[in-house]
Amino acid sequence: MSDKEKNSSIKEELQRWEKTTLPRWMRQRPERKNEFRNHSGMLIKRVYTPEDIKDLDYMLDLGFPGEYPFTRGVHATMYRGRLWTMRMFSGYGTAGQTNQRFKYLLKEGETGLSIAFDYPTITGYDSDHPFAEGEVGICGVAVASLKDMEVLLDGIPLDKVTTSMTINGPAAMLLAMYVAVGDKQGVPREKIGGTTQNDMLKEYFAQKLCIFPPKPSLKLVTDITEYCTRHLPKWNPISISGYHIREAGSNAVQELAFTLYDGIAYVESVLKRGLKVDDFAPRLSFFFASHNNLFEEIAKFRAARRLWAKIMKERFHAKSPRSMWMRMHVQTSGCTLTSQQPLNNITRTTIEALAAVLGGTQSLHTNSFDEALCLPTEEAVRVALRTQQIMAHESGAADTTDPLAGSYYVEALTNEMEKQAMEYIQKIDDMGGAIAAIEKGFFQKEIADSAYKYQRETDEKKRIIVGVNEYKTGEKALIPILRIDPKVEKEQVSRLQKLRRERDNGKVEKVLEKLHYMAEKDENLMPIIINAVRAYATLGEICGVLRKVYGEHKELIII
Amino acid sequence: MLAGDRRSIARAITIIENNAPEAKNLISSIYSHTGKAYIIGITGPGGSGKSTLIEKIIREYRKEGKTVGVIAVDPTSPFTGGAFLGDRVRMQDLSTDEGVFIRSMATRNYAGGIAKATKDAAQVLDASGKDIVIVETVGAGQSEVEIIKVAQTIVVLFAPGLGDEIQAIKAGIMEIGDIFVVNKADRANADKAVMDIQAMLQLNNKERTWTPTVLKTTALTGEGVLQLMKKIEEHSLFMRKKLERKRSLEKAEAELVEAIKEKVANSIIKELRREGKLEDFLQKILQKKVDPASIAEKLVNKKFGKQGQKRRD
Amino acid sequence: MQTEKKIRVLIAKPGLDSHDRGAKIVARSLRDAGMEVIYTGLRQTPEQIVETALQEDVDVVGLSILSGAHKTLFPKIMELMRGKGLTDVMVFAGGIIPEEDIPELKKLGIKEIFGPGTPTEAIAKFVFDNVPRRT
Repeated sequence: MSDKEKNSSIKEELQRWEKTTLPRWMRQRPERKNEFRNHSGMLIKRVYTPEDIKDLDYMLDLGFPGEYPFTRGVHATMYRGRLWTMRMFSGYGTAGQTNQRFKYLLKEGETGLSIAFDYPTITGYDSDHPFAEGEVGICGVAVASLKDMEVLLDGIPLDKVTTSMTINGPAAMLLAMYVAVGDKQGVPREKIGGTTQNDMLKEYFAQKLCIFPPKPSLKLVTDITEYCTRHLPKWNPISISGYHIREAGSNAVQELAFTLYDGIAYVESVLKRGLKVDDFAPRLSFFFASHNNLFEEIAKFRAARRLWAKIMKERFHAKSPRSMWMRMHVQTSGCTLTSQQPLNNITRTTIEALAAVLGGTQSLHTNSFDEALCLPTEEAVRVALRTQQIMAHESGAADTTDPLAGSYYVEALTNEMEKQAMEYIQKIDDMGGAIAAIEKGFFQKEIADSAYKYQRETDEKKRIIVGVNEYKTGEKALIPILRIDPKVEKEQVSRLQKLRRERDNGKVEKVLEKLHYMAEKDENLMPIIINAVRAYATLGEICGVLRKVYGEHKELIII
Repeated sequence: MLAGDRRSIARAITIIENNAPEAKNLISSIYSHTGKAYIIGITGPGGSGKSTLIEKIIREYRKEGKTVGVIAVDPTSPFTGGAFLGDRVRMQDLSTDEGVFIRSMATRNYAGGIAKATKDAAQVLDASGKDIVIVETVGAGQSEVEIIKVAQTIVVLFAPGLGDEIQAIKAGIMEIGDIFVVNKADRANADKAVMDIQAMLQLNNKERTWTPTVLKTTALTGEGVLQLMKKIEEHSLFMRKKLERKRSLEKAEAELVEAIKEKVANSIIKELRREGKLEDFLQKILQKKVDPASIAEKLVNKKFGKQGQKRRD
Repeated sequence: MQTEKKIRVLIAKPGLDSHDRGAKIVARSLRDAGMEVIYTGLRQTPEQIVETALQEDVDVVGLSILSGAHKTLFPKIMELMRGKGLTDVMVFAGGIIPEEDIPELKKLGIKEIFGPGTPTEAIAKFVFDNVPRRT
């Protein structure tokens, strides 16, 4: 029998099954819901068959790992050659405290660093700014100057460890500090490896940590990308992020589409500088959430790779395969964690981590079970790290590449994800691009509506959240909580003031003046910012100069 | 409230919003303290950058030492009866400025109409001593056209590339707008938008003493804001002259009345003296037998015949 | 004839915390419940929040914070509310606030704290049931 014949006979068999075998079961065990849908609203079938992927072409749609369209993975050997990087996002209190946490995690087996900065740092304010009061070291580590960065990375060899920095508005300043520490350690610039998130577009509609308006922000992103392309070849200048879009309330298709579109916008912006796409595209990286619908997430990761490869090839005419491969970092979803019965979160994180591994991520952060209440305690973060290690060594999930390829369900979902994401991309193109869409409030409205829908479904119990709207115990969660000592702020402030007294203030003034001048002239600001941090100008001082030149951003509110 | 106490101002506006029993008294008692503030209406579709522009305008007025009140009107949902009032977001940095008072109002279903409620709220701000009152609305519906008429100068805002919003703006707004502004003027089709508006204004060629102008601004950077304010000032002078002319006419009429009174009275008294009847009438007044008004009526009627009587009625 | 009174609510995000998903959902659900909701966006200082509550003559203030800075910011806000005479305004809060901190916050005058997972109707109902009736 030919394939076609086989398939049409499957179609007939399916109809027969629905007419004869199914009805009895439907009577005895009616389905739990009228409709089963995933977070993106796709209708999930009772059973998937070859019919659902009859047009799938193995070589065109899947290919082999390490080859276009990279659906099955970006490297030929994937986890058999090297496991994903276990990179736990961490930071709190002072640079000294976080340095201890880094060393602890490295000792316990994490394979890359990821720095969480406190709110004043990520919004470009010094630890002693009025806005910083009560916020220093609470959500992440306080870094106000190169001095803090030196303490933060003390004893950490920057030629052996790669570091991801979740920093956007002040990305240039923190990258400059990191490079300056590398210089001090004697590490050649070509060996310094890591990532700056540096994805400003999503800030305007998701994470909301903007300092300047969109145009100057995009300019800074491009400055950093250009600089890294020329001088820091191992550094990923942008981590094009969907995580925050998802956490802000979007569904999986929106997360995928909006992230890819931001990527398109960045490529266009860098191309305008005169660089060739194959010069910088290989170092663009991505960052997604891994939410709780296992198969939807796996499909999303696979669709992401295939779609980005196609975009780079067809839209941007990339020639090098390395320009087309999408390397990603994944974090398990924070918003799925509950404060009720916190130990349940270990299970949630495990399922979400599994989706990321089966989806072929390059790097993974697993949330700790107490994170709906506070920053993770040492014990909780260790459990989160162990989750990854157990998955790597005990489950067999990492023993073959893209194990779910060929699954009728997963391939059908992957196709549907790609299709719906493309529709969004077309829509945003028609609107005039990312910045036009931001100004129209398009992303914000889509996200707000998805978030509201999710909440209503939960309120109406169409969606069950264990321990929250079902299986409640009513007891208060009393687990150890990480508290930041108020002394942290006082010490940080006095250290900062000491720095300002002891440094060469004449030098600082001069370099800040030059920065102002160059910012008005539209030059690439990375070199002057590196000079500024070397002179121990503080983060707030440098950002303050740019605030004067670029102005500050005020958000467009859509509920 | 008249002294500018902010809590009292806020409470007063609430009384007006709720049309509480005290509202009528409140409005009449503050009436004598109104008339000093200049009311500017600013309207335009969502996305035109209204709030950003207003924030810049307020800052300029503050530099001049003027105090500003703002009423930002947003629609009440006809389905839920609730409202989302988010206009002050762009002006929040000014919320702690003692010389600025910002109040958000929903259109609700006001007994006297939202326009009256807005007017009364503007009067509260006026009476509390504000030099300028800005009323902000989205220029979408008919009621918004009514609201904006509360103002003495009406500024209509557009932004290029919003679609066919120029057509969507109610025709009523085009007819009463005094100054038209194309914001986000750094955009590609800004000049075309200016031309489109000028064309529309020429179509709406009703007889107007003030010729509406079209300006360009980039509220984000502040470009064009000073020119806009100059134009507002120009219009306010025009309005004042109009008012002055009105007042001068009234004044002239009053003077004429006085002059006529004098002439007529002198003529009648002269006649009475000649006829020797004056002493008689004066005695009757002193003895309280007749009042002066009745005598005057009789004499005027006699002088002007039956016509005089009719006119008095 | 009196115009129907509306409950006016200020939803505020104090401090540098930028997570506004919850605040926006609560704002929307209160609006859908028929209230007038003023939302002032991110990065509000205690002074801005209290001044807004005063100018808008709100009946209720809802504070949303996920950064842990509530221990510093909430006492400041409540003190300023008292200082401006806004003692008849009801204040509630939500976000990431550990159980142990709640008694202290209630002592400050915050009427209720709603943790993650609270159904939005519960918040609307709470406001209806507890809004101070002012003349």
